[in-house]
Amino acid sequence: MPTRIDYDAKIPNNVELSDNRRLQRALEGWQPKFMNWWAEMGPTLETQGVYLRTAVSVGREGWAHFGHVVPHDYRWGIFLSERDPDRRIAFGEHQGEPAWQQVPGEYRADLQRLIVIQGDTEPASVEQQKLLGLTAPSLYDLRNLFQVNVEEGRHLWAMVYLLHAYFGKEGREEAEGLLFRNSGSPDTPRILGAFNEETADWLAFYMFTYFTDRDGKYQLGTLKESAFDPLSRTCEFMLKEEAHHMFVGTTGVDRVVTRSAELIREHDTMDIAAHGGIPLDLIQRYLNFHYTVSLDLFGSETSTNAANYYTSGLKGRWMETRRKDDHQLTEDAAMLDKPQPDGTWASEEMQRILLLNLDLRGEYIADCESGAKRWNKILTEAGIDFSFRLPHPGFNRKVGINSGHHITPDGTIVDAATWERGRKHWLPSDEDLAFVRSLMHPVYERGKIASWVAPPRQGINGKPSDYEYVYL
Amino acid sequence: MTMVSFDRRPEDYRHWRLRIEPPLAWLEMDVDENGGLVEGYELKLNSYDLGVDIELYDAVQRLRFEHPEVRAVILTSAKDKVFCAGANIRMLAGSPHEWKVNFCKFTNETRNGIEDATENSGQIYLAAVNGSCAGGGYEIALACEKILLVDDNSSTVALPEVPLLGVLPGTGGLTRVTDKRRVRKDRADVFATRPDGVKGRTAVDWRLVDELVPRQEFRQVVEQRARELAARSSRPEGTQGIRLDPLDRTVEDDRISYPNVIAELDRTAGVVTITVRGPQGDGWLLAMTRELDDLILRLRTNEPELGTWVLRTEGDPDAVLTAEREVLTGTDWLSNEILHYYKRTLKRLDVTSRSLIALIEPGSCFAGVLLELALACDRQYMLDGPPIDDEDSEERATLVMSEANFGAFPMGNGLSRVESRFYGEHDHLDWLKRERDRHLSAEEAVELGLVTEAPDDIDWEDEIRIVLEGRAALSPDALTGMEANHRFVGPETIETKIFGRLTAWQNWIFTRPNASGPDGALRRYGTGQKATYDRKRV
Repeated sequence: MPTRIDYDAKIPNNVELSDNRRLQRALEGWQPKFMNWWAEMGPTLETQGVYLRTAVSVGREGWAHFGHVVPHDYRWGIFLSERDPDRRIAFGEHQGEPAWQQVPGEYRADLQRLIVIQGDTEPASVEQQKLLGLTAPSLYDLRNLFQVNVEEGRHLWAMVYLLHAYFGKEGREEAEGLLFRNSGSPDTPRILGAFNEETADWLAFYMFTYFTDRDGKYQLGTLKESAFDPLSRTCEFMLKEEAHHMFVGTTGVDRVVTRSAELIREHDTMDIAAHGGIPLDLIQRYLNFHYTVSLDLFGSETSTNAANYYTSGLKGRWMETRRKDDHQLTEDAAMLDKPQPDGTWASEEMQRILLLNLDLRGEYIADCESGAKRWNKILTEAGIDFSFRLPHPGFNRKVGINSGHHITPDGTIVDAATWERGRKHWLPSDEDLAFVRSLMHPVYERGKIASWVAPPRQGINGKPSDYEYVYL
Repeated sequence: MTMVSFDRRPEDYRHWRLRIEPPLAWLEMDVDENGGLVEGYELKLNSYDLGVDIELYDAVQRLRFEHPEVRAVILTSAKDKVFCAGANIRMLAGSPHEWKVNFCKFTNETRNGIEDATENSGQIYLAAVNGSCAGGGYEIALACEKILLVDDNSSTVALPEVPLLGVLPGTGGLTRVTDKRRVRKDRADVFATRPDGVKGRTAVDWRLVDELVPRQEFRQVVEQRARELAARSSRPEGTQGIRLDPLDRTVEDDRISYPNVIAELDRTAGVVTITVRGPQGDGWLLAMTRELDDLILRLRTNEPELGTWVLRTEGDPDAVLTAEREVLTGTDWLSNEILHYYKRTLKRLDVTSRSLIALIEPGSCFAGVLLELALACDRQYMLDGPPIDDEDSEERATLVMSEANFGAFPMGNGLSRVESRFYGEHDHLDWLKRERDRHLSAEEAVELGLVTEAPDDIDWEDEIRIVLEGRAALSPDALTGMEANHRFVGPETIETKIFGRLTAWQNWIFTRPNASGPDGALRRYGTGQKATYDRKRV
């Protein structure tokens, strides 16, 4: 397994594709279909070149190369992390056995399903962000958008490779299906609900890359633990790329908050809408929405599917190998907070193995907290008495034990009417969305930036922040 | 143990919505998660238990009798993205053996009823599969004449019982796939061993569904196809339905009685004596059939330990023949419905796992349609002498064969009950035909082979007591197997396969540790732990 990536091949790869003619032919058959999809469903804005990062090696040091590329000519390819020849299964009933280099027949359907669902989210976000380039607040942001988009495309390639290499004819059919479903399509929507919502403005994009891509990070983290080694290694490398998407989200929200803080100080009012800024309470409402939609992606708090995947060794926990327990979880218990019809919360003890989605969600929530802390620090330093808070995990949920209950951001269970009255204080209203949209004017001039967002602290790959990241 | 009632009214359905839009009817499944018949499980994702299927049975029945104007029925789900997840697994895992088997039997009968409506009532069923469709969910679809599947590139049809639960699709899934839809056996094998099922083009190519329909056009195309089916229906125009009023039933501890049917329960002996009364007025055949059907279902579900049913009749044989002629020679839709309903009720008796003994005594009326009850029994005893409590009486028991006994009420094997009794004996059948419409004495009945024994009044009571006590001493399991074996001679049909082979296999599999043991697939399902199988093939 070479760590360098072969860029002379038609499909860049580090999986010695040239040695497997059948697989190569299959993937070369899929490649033009992918390019058609990109042309049709990818970014609307055409550019002459974007300063993009391209993986050149999967090793620890210096894995990426930077340079201007026309997005359509980006070299999407297949990159897996290095193989640990001694890797053993860390959990479930196969614990201690060598990791699988092939799909066990018994788990073929389940593994295929997991890969298809993961794969389906990757092109979805490209489709959701299709129009954003037309309203980019700066060339720097535009570049980041393209970077995220090409890498989502790359992640699609990663899943398609697995489907082609390990799942035969059916895998190839599923790989085609990934291009056939489209985000928000009334006939063939994407599999998961959150990936059919539109990302209509840049604040939403920052929130999406912060919250929703972070869900992706945690999902990939559990698949990285998989006993199926090719999946594990694929996800490990994807996690490396995913980190940048979250960087875009974290710094994006940072910059919006920074700019809003500046405007609040400058005009000595919280009501900065009239001055072209985004009010803090509106940012909080965006946060509330994107956070809760992303919580839905973790699925139901109690899940026998997740338990089955765990027992079978298909999908582990976040940082499985660092956990100090028996990695079987059949004997352990954990608590689940459940809303009651009488408006109180009750705690129920359950088998830990049935609460794996909750376990992963807990890790995710702790991670999200760090974002809120960051943004509050900006406000504290500016001397502004306002703080962002993650709403209660029961708030605004469509999936799991909280769906069907009316729970406020502070975790109080109320009746439907009370909740509806609170809605406009808690979630973006049509007016909010219209206001944010009214701010979305493209700024394509080198070194300039839109009024509602602060410039980045630093550029990409050591370049200045006013570098000409995109040739239009 | 909960007493199960089979009384339902569309106004009170918890799990289905029935909408009549002549010539179509929409039957939408919308299972109430918290509406399980027994405690201990939630009916998630349109999964079903006996209670859900009882409503479906009620709806299918009412459509036939109350809505002659309906020519096609669209069976679909009111839930988004899920058609039906099949039988509820926690319910199955938590149910005792006989409950599981009885549940499978009843759901089979309901499916057969849907097919019977399509075939004999011109009420053609169309399954509009608008989301994922697994196990018993797909079996409901299989019972329909046509299956349309939404083409959203993710909805599938599946029979995942073998890979996920270690059991078989319990309501005829395997048989309907190969025999009814003629799916190639290798493909059927692939299909039934895949937990995730088959979608889209492949499902059509393999004949698992008939047509794919884009999501946005789904409702419109479904309605159009249903109208096409309605157009070829034989259902007459311009008729009025009749109402199926609630049954007049009195339930006591040891007695269930209706105007035309009475059951006396002897728990010590494990015997139920069922007396069917002959005509007492208009509309007798339908009223009696409804009562008998209800009684069979109640006894089967609620009284598993009463293993022997003694069938008697009371009334005037000639009145039975008159009532029967009105319906048999009737050319209207209602006569047709009544005949087929009685046929289905007799079939229910045929597949009931109870020893069935007919007692033919003076004052009984085993003539024509009611003689079918005696012929459905495992044994027939006819009293050759005066009534037991009146030895001076001139009255003697008789039997009368009529047209009704020669093909009007076929069994699941496609044969009449006399044909089944004298399988392959053409000369004997011709002889029997010549003896139609005549009162036959006990002696003649013995000669014609229509009864097992004809004890005289001196022996009668002892003879019958010994028969019943002897029966009660035998292994109920062995009896169930033996009776099911003897009752269905001759050719196999889809129906006999489903009830015979499949339920026998299912019966066996249900008791095996691989399915029902503490580490078996049914018990382990949903716990996140894998089943442990005994790997020896038996």
